[in-house]
Amino acid sequence: MHNILEAHTISKKFGDFTALNQVSIEVPKGSIFGLLGPNGAGKTTLIRIINQITMPDSGHVILDGEPLKNHHVKDIGYLPEERGLYKSMKVGEQALYLAQLKGLSKAEAKERLHYWFERLEIGDWWNKKIQELSKGMAQKIQFVVTVLHEPKLLIFDEPFSGFDPINANLIKDEILRLRDNGSTIIFSTHRMESVEELCDHIALINKSNKILDGKLTEVKRQFKNNAYEVGVKTDNIAALHKELTEKFEVSPAQFKTIDDQLKLNVKLGATEKPNDFLQYLTTRGEVSHFVELLPSTNDIFIKAIQNNS
Amino acid sequence: MNHLPLIIRREYLTKVKNKAFIVMTIISPIVLIALIATVAYLSQISSNKVRTIAILDESGLIKNTFKDTETTKYKFLTNIDLEAAKALVEAQGEYGLLHVEKSLDVNYLENHVKFYSEDSPSLSVVSGLESKVEKSLTDVKLVQVGVDLDKIESAKIDVSIIQENFSGEKTSKIESIIKLAFGGAAGYLLFMFIIIYGNMIMRSVIEEKTSRVIEVIISSVKPMQLMLGKIIGTSLAGITQIIIWIILGGVLTGLVGFVFGIDMSQTPQQQVIQQSIFDQQLNGQIETVLAGFYHLPLTNLIIAFVFFFIAGYLLYSSMYAAIGAAVDNETDTQQFVFPILMPLILSVYIGFFTVIEDPHGTVSTIFSFFPLTSPVVMLMRIPFGVPIWQQLLSLLLLIGSFLLTVWFAAKIYRVGILMYGKKPTYKELLKWIKY
Repeated sequence: MHNILEAHTISKKFGDFTALNQVSIEVPKGSIFGLLGPNGAGKTTLIRIINQITMPDSGHVILDGEPLKNHHVKDIGYLPEERGLYKSMKVGEQALYLAQLKGLSKAEAKERLHYWFERLEIGDWWNKKIQELSKGMAQKIQFVVTVLHEPKLLIFDEPFSGFDPINANLIKDEILRLRDNGSTIIFSTHRMESVEELCDHIALINKSNKILDGKLTEVKRQFKNNAYEVGVKTDNIAALHKELTEKFEVSPAQFKTIDDQLKLNVKLGATEKPNDFLQYLTTRGEVSHFVELLPSTNDIFIKAIQNNS
Repeated sequence: MNHLPLIIRREYLTKVKNKAFIVMTIISPIVLIALIATVAYLSQISSNKVRTIAILDESGLIKNTFKDTETTKYKFLTNIDLEAAKALVEAQGEYGLLHVEKSLDVNYLENHVKFYSEDSPSLSVVSGLESKVEKSLTDVKLVQVGVDLDKIESAKIDVSIIQENFSGEKTSKIESIIKLAFGGAAGYLLFMFIIIYGNMIMRSVIEEKTSRVIEVIISSVKPMQLMLGKIIGTSLAGITQIIIWIILGGVLTGLVGFVFGIDMSQTPQQQVIQQSIFDQQLNGQIETVLAGFYHLPLTNLIIAFVFFFIAGYLLYSSMYAAIGAAVDNETDTQQFVFPILMPLILSVYIGFFTVIEDPHGTVSTIFSFFPLTSPVVMLMRIPFGVPIWQQLLSLLLLIGSFLLTVWFAAKIYRVGILMYGKKPTYKELLKWIKY
């Protein structure tokens, strides 16, 4: 698959502090790419380098097959974590200005703004000043301004902060729609449930180094530990529990059943096959439940960071 | 993509549409004109009042050196004693009573002339009386030692030195005053412009930081472009403001003069200046004043004004922009603004003290080359005639340091606008330059 963005061995130092150390990422076209990492890991620096706000000390960035240049500004839409708008400027005026800075003509910007304002039902805000709007309202304007020039690459840094659940959902749907319309999205957040929900690729940066990247499904495969959630109906629950505890690493499991049975999370050894284990279980009782346990993004995040340090 | 015009336009419109700016633009000249009109009006009232001073001369030595003027009348009292005279003067509500004792000893009288009045008299009245009594008594003394007063009168010489430079152009004292006025006005205008609009630039940078809009903006434009756009946009707003001030000021002055009949040129200071010129026997020489204008290197002055003004202003305003980028709020700016105000204030002092005294002396010359002071000092020197090579060299140095400053300022700006939360130290600022 063609990559919309490739960053090759990017390094950046601020004085003695290394913000990024030989970090490379590849963002496939049409994907939603999660850029993850703890606070201060270097995510924002990397994003700023992609936006040409900061220059890397070494390494280079390729956007859609070309080395990153000034004119690529119009191909990228960026919603920074530290965001805001001119407080005393009117909504419409301001949106027009920002759109023109991204290379849209005034007429074009006006037309698209009207479309978006109607879409998000904020048409009557045009002549209001930003300082008259609530934070969530201003965030909506900010979102519109970010996507207005229909860039190939959209970078959202914590896009849902400041939104109520209804508006967060609205924005999420808009992001998915933008992806379906051909944009690629880089998504930086600490909220793992939205990564789980949206991203198909991720990269994890910790202490200025990339420690993990790839397709989310492959990363999960990499992190799964041969663990299964099992439910077995048997006459002697205690005996089976004891037997399994001696043979495997187990922990209690929680899931809903109608009748009493043994519920356990069982971690198999590296060489043991699930089919063999299932066969073994069928000899001990009636297997009602057998599910492979996949790590959540949250687990992967914590585990990868712990392994790294 | 060149966004400079777009940024300039936004900066300009935001400034010009700002309510505080509009109020300042309209109110300032009104307040100022009202103030001047009031002063002019009051001084007209007080100068219209005629004051009478009574003179009781018991010595008989005081001759008629007291001539009535428009504002002061003198009245000689005779055949009356001091106490009665005092009572009379007080009863008639006159300004005061000058008393000369009965004595023929001029040396004694020197220290025994008295002036009685209701309130303490103004300084100018007393010194006027003193000089008149002095003149009378000096004449008496001269006669006593046998000098013929007529001969002295006819022997008086009044010298007025004609100044001419080596290439034959005539100059005069008035010309020097005009030169000073031109240079002073130019230098002072630049000084005020830098302080007012430099601060405005700084505030506008801080506003972008505190509203957090900055990162959105610089993902579209280069920080350098944004900084230049800000400086130019704000300057244009400043020029607009000044033009409105001049027009409004002119219209209002005319209006006030027409409606209230107040002659604005008659403020006390101007009377004093006119008086002093009068005293120095330079009056009535309108041709000299006009000649003064013609002798000014006007073309040179205007060209130099444009260049030094722009370069000097850009130099300082880029520093203001860098300060705005380095801090988070206005209260933190003091520490950084002070060091750039220092050379600015210094240049005005040098301009008004040293350049007046000796326009081409060592101090004036050195500071008219030093980039931080050269715009103001050189503008004040030019009316006195500065060789073109000196002007060019100074301008070159100024432009060179301007480019250097913009480069440094842009570095600090680029890093600073993304730094939140704490006030940086000078050491950190230096580090930013290396990023």
